[in-house]
Amino acid sequence: MTDLVVRAEGLRKRFGKTQALDGVDLTMRRGTVLAVLGPNGAGKTTAVRVLATLLRPDAGSAFVAGIDVLKEPQRVRRRIGLTGQYASVDEDLTGTQNLVLIGQLLDLRTSDARRRAAELLEWFDLAEAAGRMAKTYSGGMRRRLDLAASLVGHPEVIFLDEPTTGLDPAKREDMWGVVRNQVTQGASVLLTTQYLEEADALADEIVVIDKGRVIAHDSPDGLKRRVGGLTLRVRPAEESRVPDVLRILDAVAAPGTSSSPDTAAGARPGAVSVPVTGDTALDIAVPALRRAGIEVTDLALHLPSLDEVFHSLTEGVPAKELV
Amino acid sequence: MTTLDATLDHPRGGSAAALLRHATALARRSLIKTARTPEALLDVTLQPVIFLLLFTYLFGGAISGGDRAGYLQFLLPGMLAQSLAMGGIALGQNLNADIEKGVFDRFRSLPVARSAPLVGAVAADIVRYLTVCVVMLGFGMLIGFRVQTGFVPALAAVGLSVAFGLCFCWISVWVGMLVRTPGAVQGLMFLLVFPLSFGSNVFVQTSTLPGWLQWFVHVNPITPLVSTIRGLLIGGPVASHLVVTLAWMAGLLLVFVPLALRGYARRA
Repeated sequence: MTDLVVRAEGLRKRFGKTQALDGVDLTMRRGTVLAVLGPNGAGKTTAVRVLATLLRPDAGSAFVAGIDVLKEPQRVRRRIGLTGQYASVDEDLTGTQNLVLIGQLLDLRTSDARRRAAELLEWFDLAEAAGRMAKTYSGGMRRRLDLAASLVGHPEVIFLDEPTTGLDPAKREDMWGVVRNQVTQGASVLLTTQYLEEADALADEIVVIDKGRVIAHDSPDGLKRRVGGLTLRVRPAEESRVPDVLRILDAVAAPGTSSSPDTAAGARPGAVSVPVTGDTALDIAVPALRRAGIEVTDLALHLPSLDEVFHSLTEGVPAKELV
Repeated sequence: MTTLDATLDHPRGGSAAALLRHATALARRSLIKTARTPEALLDVTLQPVIFLLLFTYLFGGAISGGDRAGYLQFLLPGMLAQSLAMGGIALGQNLNADIEKGVFDRFRSLPVARSAPLVGAVAADIVRYLTVCVVMLGFGMLIGFRVQTGFVPALAAVGLSVAFGLCFCWISVWVGMLVRTPGAVQGLMFLLVFPLSFGSNVFVQTSTLPGWLQWFVHVNPITPLVSTIRGLLIGGPVASHLVVTLAWMAGLLLVFVPLALRGYARRA
């Protein structure tokens, strides 16, 4: 039997006129990363707040670490860590004081809480700033402190609500490293994100939600297959070489597709794009372009954007179902 | 796994000890914040001093027919009560701001009693009410106020004042849970505290008021508190006023603690 560390069925929650959750089912296997992908207002945060015992759903059931979230929230709270969408550190407390307080509230002895705080601050590269008030921290440092706070109690399940929103790309990759590290240490991570790229980089499984409903639950590869996968875009330095580029890229096109002039919204003309199955396409396309003497100014693999994911996932669904 | 789970689920020393420990840790947090932002103490230091100066030197002569020193003896115990009632307003504002910032989401996701964050914050307010007492009595003595009873009654007056502050502030906590912004907490609480502190025996003898206003003064919880503190500081009957004051304090706790906790639980 698979060990499900998060199991939710039929979660519903309404705020006034907004049906934030409209029958959400979720499962996460122990020791994996589940990414909940969706646009703003899809219900991601509401789902996390229900699972993290902050919010009671109007209907449905949820089990975290095998414990009923509605019946025994205190037992659930001992086993989870939560990092909210906005870094919820106490600005007037130092890094150390923030973490020691969490440790004390988790019933660690003060000496143990201090040790754990020092360990986490070191690990998150905040040791030098440990004695400074959090209000003097940069955005990235606050995020790290916030994440550290959710790890004080060695949680079995970690909830991260948009952990990288607003971070620059380098900081984002640091955060990904932290998440992977937690999983190697045995934790299970449920994170919400608006970026397919992030879900692809981290998740074992992806749940796509929109308007309070799950519209897909798949592995990243499975999802990419369903939504069209990767696109290779090439822009030759001279626009006159576009026909040659089209011919070369046809050779790496995913089965049943072909290259075409890039007509993505807002794109300058003169580029070519082609659906590909994986990054091995580069190994073929790059030498071929060089042999043909084509100079390129831009060459990149793109994941479909969130818009494209939604477009393809909802294609063929009667319009009424989408409202 | 079973033994580990057992220690995981049962806090050291049972739930009452856990609440005390968690509330203490959270009170410490509030105190650190207060120490870092001393300007947050202006409402319990400079503000009561200004009020005392204003009423003693600007209005005092007119109200008392020239006997400023006698009026100060009458006024100071009352102003102490007024300052305590006003001193609780900031607490509701701070809690409201904490909730808006998401700091309380973290506390809610931890295995602490729902009441711990509120109880901790209220406990830390002891420092503010003690400050009010020290500033009022200290500054009052500087400008001529004299305790006419003794050290022990004066100490009792301070103890009762702090205790009343701790009961009264639960109204502010409750309002802090209900409204959207810290500014709204302040606005609503002023609407409550102004009539209570001015429509009382703080500034003038009740007998000088029209009948309908006398009725209000008599049902106002600030009135028995002022009478008790007056008795303890400058002499006069204490016991009967104290009984009414204690009854009010118990009533405030019985009504507003559950309301505040329910408001906190509902605030998502």
